Amino acid sequence: MTLRHWARRAGVCLFLLTTAGLSGTASAATTLDTVKGRGQLLCGVNTGLAGFSNPDSQGKWTGLDVDVCKAVAAAVLGDANKVRYVPLTAQQRLTALQSGEIDILSRNTTWTLTRDAQGLNFLPPVYYDGQGFMVNKALGVTSAKQLDGATICVQTGTTTELNLADWFRANNLKFKGVVIEQLDELLAAFFAGRCDAFTSDESQMAGVRASVAPKPDDYVILPERISKEPLAPVVRHGDDQWKDIATWTLYALLEAEERGITAANVDQQTKNTDPNVQRLLGVTGDMGKMLGLDNQWALRAIKAVGNYGEMFERNVGKGSPLKLERGLNAQWTNGGLMYAPPIR
Amino acid sequence: MTSMTPPQSGPRSTLLAPPRSRPLSLNDPGLRALLWQLLVGALVLLAGWTLLHNTLQNMGRLGIASGFGYLGRESGFAIEERMIEYGPTNTYARAYLVGLLNTLKVSALGIVLATLLGTLIGIGRLSGNWLVSRLCGAYVESLRNVPLLLQLFFWYAIITEGLPGPRQALTLLPDVFLSNRGLKLPAPADDPAWSWMAAAFALGIVVTLVLSAVSRGRQASTGRRLPMLPIGLGLILGLPLLVLLAFGGAGLDTPRLQGFNFTGGVTLTPEFAALLFGLVTYTAAFIAETVRSGILAVARGQTEAAHALGLSGGQTLRLVVLPQALRVIIPPVTSQFLNLTKNSSLAVAIGYPDFVSVANTTLNQTGQAVEGVAAIMIVYLSISLALSALLNWYNARIKLVER
Amino acid sequence: MDRPALPPPAALRSSPLHWVRRNLFSTWYNSLLTLLILAAAWTLVPGLAAWLVGHAVWSGDAAACRAEGAGACWAFVAEKWRFSLFGTYPVEQHWRPTLAMLLVVGLLLGSADRRLWGRPLLLLWPVVLLLAGLLMQGGVLGLETVPTYLWGGLPLTLGLSVVGLGLAFPLGVLLALGRTSAMPVFRALCTVYIELVRGVPLISILFMASVMIPLFLPQDVTVDKLLRAQIGLVLFAAAYLAEVVRGGLQAIPKGQVEAASALGLSYWQRTRMIVLPQALALVIPPLVNTFIGFFKDTSLVVIIGLLDLLGAAKSALTDPAWRGFYREAYLFVAVIYFIFCYALSRYSRHLEAQLSKGRRR
Repeated sequence: MTLRHWARRAGVCLFLLTTAGLSGTASAATTLDTVKGRGQLLCGVNTGLAGFSNPDSQGKWTGLDVDVCKAVAAAVLGDANKVRYVPLTAQQRLTALQSGEIDILSRNTTWTLTRDAQGLNFLPPVYYDGQGFMVNKALGVTSAKQLDGATICVQTGTTTELNLADWFRANNLKFKGVVIEQLDELLAAFFAGRCDAFTSDESQMAGVRASVAPKPDDYVILPERISKEPLAPVVRHGDDQWKDIATWTLYALLEAEERGITAANVDQQTKNTDPNVQRLLGVTGDMGKMLGLDNQWALRAIKAVGNYGEMFERNVGKGSPLKLERGLNAQWTNGGLMYAPPIR
Repeated sequence: MTSMTPPQSGPRSTLLAPPRSRPLSLNDPGLRALLWQLLVGALVLLAGWTLLHNTLQNMGRLGIASGFGYLGRESGFAIEERMIEYGPTNTYARAYLVGLLNTLKVSALGIVLATLLGTLIGIGRLSGNWLVSRLCGAYVESLRNVPLLLQLFFWYAIITEGLPGPRQALTLLPDVFLSNRGLKLPAPADDPAWSWMAAAFALGIVVTLVLSAVSRGRQASTGRRLPMLPIGLGLILGLPLLVLLAFGGAGLDTPRLQGFNFTGGVTLTPEFAALLFGLVTYTAAFIAETVRSGILAVARGQTEAAHALGLSGGQTLRLVVLPQALRVIIPPVTSQFLNLTKNSSLAVAIGYPDFVSVANTTLNQTGQAVEGVAAIMIVYLSISLALSALLNWYNARIKLVER
Repeated sequence: MDRPALPPPAALRSSPLHWVRRNLFSTWYNSLLTLLILAAAWTLVPGLAAWLVGHAVWSGDAAACRAEGAGACWAFVAEKWRFSLFGTYPVEQHWRPTLAMLLVVGLLLGSADRRLWGRPLLLLWPVVLLLAGLLMQGGVLGLETVPTYLWGGLPLTLGLSVVGLGLAFPLGVLLALGRTSAMPVFRALCTVYIELVRGVPLISILFMASVMIPLFLPQDVTVDKLLRAQIGLVLFAAAYLAEVVRGGLQAIPKGQVEAASALGLSYWQRTRMIVLPQALALVIPPLVNTFIGFFKDTSLVVIIGLLDLLGAAKSALTDPAWRGFYREAYLFVAVIYFIFCYALSRYSRHLEAQLSKGRRR
């Protein structure tokens, strides 16, 4: 054994150690402490889903799901930009959360019992969706029940594929599926006429019709909704404080819309005499402290992304190329399902 | 490569084997080798055990089930393209089988077609026709140098966008329709004429084989050969045709436009077509290069000698050049076949339900990542090993037998 | 090699008409082929040219591209080229990855010259890579820190390839030595590893890296997504490189090893000074081909959600304002891949010719 010999071996060990050093460690501390210590929120998002999470031409992430990350970062860290977006595929998303690679998953994930039981906690849905069908008007189809024998484009790896098979089975109809993982590949196939119908969440279909269809008026969305798809952010089991923080940040955004507080007027609203507004914005009460934050948490979140209505319109609603209707996602006062419990 | 340092002399070089007086010395190369092997073997075992331990612990903590118990459960998803009966009420195991058969189908067809196309293009590159050789050159360069995944995306878009819908389908031949739902062909219906035709086809092959043996014997004794190509073709294709005429036609299940789609007949789906097309054109570019270099490796004298013996250009290529070139070509082409089979896993990107695609969906639904990835690996490993065993056997058969 | 052994007679060389007859219409089937090709070109080229150039939309927004009769939407590329090339890297810092890539590409070009091969160049590589990495990462010399998770596009593709090869190469050499070793345990381990990896598709290895590595590690250790993909790629490439290197090792005459042993050189000395330099020199062309294949294969990281060149282009397609222009996006990416791979494969052929010339002497 020569010295050089050992030196070489030491070099190999050093290399292995460096590799190990590059890997981070998620300590056993609470998620809030970890996030604060890191100074950054790790947020899992979709690798590209128009209106929900997609990078713009400057490479900045935008979308409804992305705004959820920003709101939580603003509430917890005081800065909506202190987010690290981790783009994830459908297979990776749950493992990434379970293994501590991300703090919160905000990636159009449907809330189901199976997933909830897999060591996950779902937050209030940020988008109530439902699966439907879109067809070319020229087919003359007015109801999904008429789709017997049709070829249907569907995305794989999602609950959509299972709902489709279930629904056709329940109705004793037959279909041929064209199953593709990447949405944009699938859309290209559908609009080229590869399939008679496209099935997906309503939000996607409407958005797709408005922004991808060569002639939007040639396509209709059939009235049937064959599933309930509450799309909600997810956190890990076992850290109730973190779940409360994320949950109430979302509720604060809903409450802000109900009380007419916007990103633009939030500073003036602190002078509002309505006690509900005063509690929300931390003028009175200790709402934030109870969550383990400071009392300006909601004010910062609203300032960063606006209230829920603003988020919606900017990313997927009137202010975006997708032009989605509020529908189920309107405030409960307008016949929707968005309902924040009292902040008091 | 690098400038070399002169061999160092001095006390560190052990010129002579150590004296045998101390048989258990650490300087004994045999003992040291043994120790090193033991050490490394133990380290590998330790690493494997640690990984297994961690994995089991993590899965227990996260509530992920383990084992292949899920195989017997109902899958709940449909697979459109299948060679055996399958529906959402069938088990995951059956879904796996459907995926496996789809992988085998596209790989087998791909290998045959890529070999044909690759050989043609490889010969084309050596063609005397300037346009042909340049075109083949451009083909090889452009396809070899762009990632296959990108090409698959591209072909799929072209096929679905470029072809008309089912109601405006192109009628290529009577009862053969081409649309963006795929190529619809008539299929043999339930009719005894078909089994008789199959029998006639088999008979044709047997007779052809016998005749070619006779022809070889005749060539050995007289130097003349029977015109085997027309005889063989006539037997193999002509006999079934005669049967068909005798029956006065056979029943066909023809595709008809009904409701949304064509029903009846057999379908070549766009997903399958795009995958097959992409795999074949991509792999053919590599095979073409191998064929070209294989042909170039045959000494020029061989061709000249064949010409001097009075063989025609085609005979020279078939009887003299290709058999010799094959020895050079087979080993690298083998690895291209394996590559094609493995590349068929990119089907997942364009929606052809191959094994990886099915395993991926299953993995998503059951959350059993370890078993899912293991299944993929086992299946591909078995295919690869079987294929390379087959090709090694063939390679050994055509190897140059030296004295 | 395509050329005939002797130059054609002067009379044939001079006239273009003769050239046409000799090269396009020499026999009846050659004439037929020529006519067929010309007819195909006649029908295809005008439409293609109109789409690519004639009716193409060079600037404006998506609406202009969706107008009736519009050809290729190069406006999409004009809008999205930065994102496709650099991913989520901050826009105002784009000069840094550009400079880093220039450094690496420059060194690549420099390494192409055989006269420069030697230890200094070998040592220059890690230095330049480190420099490029530092430039991208920042945090020194007043450069703003840009963490790895923001990296994307072409720098990521290049980085995954170059660093991947850099790490896979030594591993591959070790594996090849192990497989040809006299010690049965090493031989068995290396053989099993190589055949295992070569027998499965790359995406299964990437799946494993992306979904299984988190399960392999203790509870509180996480490995960055990019690093996981890099580990998967290195493990994959090492097996293929090992087989190439083994080919070279087997071509070294036994006498070389025996002579070296007789001189009293130890195993590592023999390997380092006698065997490897000869073996590696023999397999340089297939090595370069393996490099090209690996460069293309890095595009598969799209499937595990990394924004490499192809991934970023696909992600650019999800901008609500610019959806549906995938032909343009894919063509753009294909051209970039082609430039790199074609240059490398030309170089490989040139090298092969040069080396075999040397060997024939």
